[in-house]
Amino acid sequence: MDVTTILLLLLFGSIVTFFAGDKMASKVALLFSLSAFGFSLYLLNVFNNGNDISFISNWIDMPKVSLAFKADGLSMAMVLLTTALTPLIIFSSFGNSFPNAKNFYALVLFMSFAMTGTFLAADGLLYYVFWELALIPIYFIALIWGNGDSEKRKNAVIKFFIYTLAGSLFMLIGFAYLYTKANSFLLEDLYKLDLSETEQCYIFFAFFLAYAIKIPIIPFHTWQAKVYQKAPTVGTMLLSGIMLKMGLYSVIRWQLPIAPFAAKTYMPILIGLSIAGVIYGSIVALRQKDLKKLLAYSSLAHVGLIAAGCYTLTLDGLSGAVSQMIAHGFVIVGLFFAAEIIYRRYETRTISEMGGIRSQTPKFTSMFMILVLASVALPGTFNFIGEFTVLYSLSQANMWFAVLGGTTIILGAYYMLKMFQNTMLGETNTKVFTDVTTNEAITLVAIIGFLLFFGLYPKPIVDLVIPSLKEILSNIN
Amino acid sequence: METNLALLLLLSPFAGFLFNIFFGKKVSKSISGAIGTFTVFISFLLSICFFAQLNQNGKPFEISLFDWISVHNFKLDFGLLLDQLSLLWLLFVTGIGTLIHLYSISYMHDDENMHKFFAYLNLFVFFMITLVIGNNLLVMFIGWEGVGLCSYLLIGFWYKNQSYNDAAKKAFIMNRIGDLGFLIGIFIIGQLFSSLNYMEIKQAITAGNHSSAMLGIATLCLFIGACGKSAQLPLYTWLPDAMAGPTPVSALIHAATMVTAGIFMVTRMNFLFDLTPDVQNIIAIVGASTAIVAASIGLLQNDIKKVLAYSTVSQLGLMFLALGMGAYSIAVFHVITHAFFKACLFLGSGSVIHALHGEQDMRNMGGLRKAMPITFWTMMISTLAIAGIFPFAGFWSKDEILMVAFEHNKVLWVVATITSIMTAFYMFRLMYLTFFKEFRGTSAQKHHLHESPSLITIPLVILAILALIGGAINLPGSNWLNHFLEPILATKHEEHVLGTHEYMLMGVALMFALLGIIGSYMKYIKQGFVPKVDAEILGINKTVYNKYYVDEFYTFLIVKPINSLSNFFRTTLEPAFGKVVYGFGTVANGIGTQGRKLHTGSIGLYLFAFVIGIVAIISYLFIAQ
Repeated sequence: MDVTTILLLLLFGSIVTFFAGDKMASKVALLFSLSAFGFSLYLLNVFNNGNDISFISNWIDMPKVSLAFKADGLSMAMVLLTTALTPLIIFSSFGNSFPNAKNFYALVLFMSFAMTGTFLAADGLLYYVFWELALIPIYFIALIWGNGDSEKRKNAVIKFFIYTLAGSLFMLIGFAYLYTKANSFLLEDLYKLDLSETEQCYIFFAFFLAYAIKIPIIPFHTWQAKVYQKAPTVGTMLLSGIMLKMGLYSVIRWQLPIAPFAAKTYMPILIGLSIAGVIYGSIVALRQKDLKKLLAYSSLAHVGLIAAGCYTLTLDGLSGAVSQMIAHGFVIVGLFFAAEIIYRRYETRTISEMGGIRSQTPKFTSMFMILVLASVALPGTFNFIGEFTVLYSLSQANMWFAVLGGTTIILGAYYMLKMFQNTMLGETNTKVFTDVTTNEAITLVAIIGFLLFFGLYPKPIVDLVIPSLKEILSNIN
Repeated sequence: METNLALLLLLSPFAGFLFNIFFGKKVSKSISGAIGTFTVFISFLLSICFFAQLNQNGKPFEISLFDWISVHNFKLDFGLLLDQLSLLWLLFVTGIGTLIHLYSISYMHDDENMHKFFAYLNLFVFFMITLVIGNNLLVMFIGWEGVGLCSYLLIGFWYKNQSYNDAAKKAFIMNRIGDLGFLIGIFIIGQLFSSLNYMEIKQAITAGNHSSAMLGIATLCLFIGACGKSAQLPLYTWLPDAMAGPTPVSALIHAATMVTAGIFMVTRMNFLFDLTPDVQNIIAIVGASTAIVAASIGLLQNDIKKVLAYSTVSQLGLMFLALGMGAYSIAVFHVITHAFFKACLFLGSGSVIHALHGEQDMRNMGGLRKAMPITFWTMMISTLAIAGIFPFAGFWSKDEILMVAFEHNKVLWVVATITSIMTAFYMFRLMYLTFFKEFRGTSAQKHHLHESPSLITIPLVILAILALIGGAINLPGSNWLNHFLEPILATKHEEHVLGTHEYMLMGVALMFALLGIIGSYMKYIKQGFVPKVDAEILGINKTVYNKYYVDEFYTFLIVKPINSLSNFFRTTLEPAFGKVVYGFGTVANGIGTQGRKLHTGSIGLYLFAFVIGIVAIISYLFIAQ
């Protein structure tokens, strides 16, 4: 039993969903995603018992490409994030009805498959294939099932597609160059390469473009807010909850260990740019009128901090970044779902058209509030663990990094509470707002439960990823 | 057994919170309130037990519950520490907490969301216990942010009113400014000592391991945190606004307990502050300035709760003054006596507001003495206490602060003394305007004037008794509190031997307090002066009445620029970034010879051209190597 089972299950699920018909599609997709999650948990257990669950086999001889899937703590954490969020995202869409549902859900599962592959691949080209593969389903999901004016949507989505594709091409060139040196795409071989300093810099920035666009790090973020706004909520969740973590994960897995010299040389600039994103994203979020766009910019701010953690090249920075990736994945999915719940009732995403909801919906209000608090990293939530660890690592690098990055504590509270006040509080809205349905509540409770439990007891997650991060760091230093 | 009891002490109010959140709506209001009160009372009883035990064997009780956070140079557990300092805080937090819960059963009875009120109040007590009971700085930080959250929830309890929501938001954000300072302080301490555990840091210090340059920054950062939570200059403006919350909240959170968290923290870390005398001086100066500034604003406020709010800020300033002079146990003494009389005053004002159906403007009160005798007498005792009249509780604690200040620095002593005069003046102004002369409200209000029910008056009476005799815990001579706190303090505080010198100082302080009272009497009773309507307040009075326009200044200096910046980013910079991306496409396109023909207007095409162009360049660079 190895990690390929998860991949096969998701791929197979995608195909079955496609043939299941529109009526059954969502349920079939849920079933497969849940079993993938169950399987990941089982494999986690196998892995924790000290068994090897990696997989390697030859694929193409010339150039030499292997089907190599490596499962270490870091990969397992990311795979679990993907397989845990996928069923939640699918289940959250049970309140919507999509035309051509079978295509829709098949694409969702396919995307989950591709992202899982990205997190597991230990061969450069294989990884690249998965990386690009993940882009295709989200392109269609956003384009076909998105909202708003179709021309504008097309504009935003195509821009996003080409932009991220463009970035990735540099990475491909980087891999091609690495292959000429190592005669292999295998991760371990690439780690062993002894690249000159100039080579490292080129490789580093070739990768950087791909990742900076995907994460996104400012000023490469221009695609983000519009696509988040235009995509259907499921798409936005997949993008913000999982896909942008592909970029962050790749920084840790590929960029830093392959080009450590460049990473060290440019560390202040990289951290500075990431922190600039924190402040910039927070300030832009302050006066957003569209709820989804506001959350998009909050996401920009949060991932900026995660990226900063990665670029500290310290164990704290990396482990905090991983914790924060997972925490952010959950909380942002929850927040976008809250926006969707409001949309289902008021058919608007414009904040000024909301307000006065609280008095009608005690349950929804409480759950939304907890998500807001998790987002601003209140101690007791898992988000705090990540944010604290990252900020601590920044403070070790330079106290001012921590101070500037720490402004997220203040600014985050500002824009999130302002948003909460304007959407939920005030005189009772004249339009009726029915409280959350059981289905909606289940999704929200699952997310909240996760964030609170690991906020108090983050040990299992941290212990899972630390050994693998130590190994990666040993390659960096 | 002890572990379980400690856990029960911590979790009992949390259980109350859970009950009220999930089932509060289903049971009657009285049951909801009773459970809320009872769960806090349990914590109070357990605090007494632990306190008695500690008194017997003198051994602090520390337990580690589970591993929590780990970073490269230290591991942090979620642990509890029941020592002299935490138990003292636990006693008055849960004790006064119980009384205020009891009071709220009656006070909030007409509110449709009473169960939520009790849920939040319980949650607050839970977080406050967490704050004081933790064995390391990060557990304190959980409680620290947690009480901030509850404060936010309770200030904005009447969420339909957006100005209340604004006040709640402001409180949370201003607190978070301090919290960032706190966090940075924690980071530095973690770096220096490889631990955040109080005992371990203390041991490291005793072993002589410290570099004082960074340590100074660390303690300064911690103090910034304290400024936020305890409403000191320049982060105090949220506290007066926080009066938007229901009055029991003002009494519990914004007077007696939460706002003293900063003092708790500084006292907890006294061994660090002792090593950084420069920061101590800053604390003393900030404390003294806050005390006098807030007191001066209090002189002219007409909202009964606002007067008390500024008075709280001012009294907290005096406590920080004491902390800055290294007189930790005296600061703690004043925290405790202040908790008694200020809680009583707030609850009393709530009783008045209750009787007048929500009226808070003292210009529309007067003559309530006869209709509300219990409220009047309990408030009177507390007013005498806060004014520093012998032998009420406030006399002893304030007098000790003045005495230390006199020895430490005469300027600080003068500032503190002027503050005391002002305090006596505005507190008696409050009493005179509220309870004396003729009633100035509407006749409908006059008709309904009544003393509050016993659930309200009983807590008042108990608190008034404490305000009367509370000074006994640290009378000169016995100094019980000083001795009790000795084990947690790094440097022993010198005791005052009562001599002529001290008696003289006491007499002077008493005389000045009387001066304030007499001044107030002349103006508001003899002359029968009633403050003018807002429009007629002019000149310097107008500036003071409008709180020196500090809020307006902050809006102008910080809030507006940030919002303008946000607008600028959103409307100008964001599209510009977008255009740059398009620009690359266009440029690449221009390089292509078929540029004109390719001008199809499809952005996709532009971008594609851009990609090809860049790919070509990079490929060239690689090959050229």
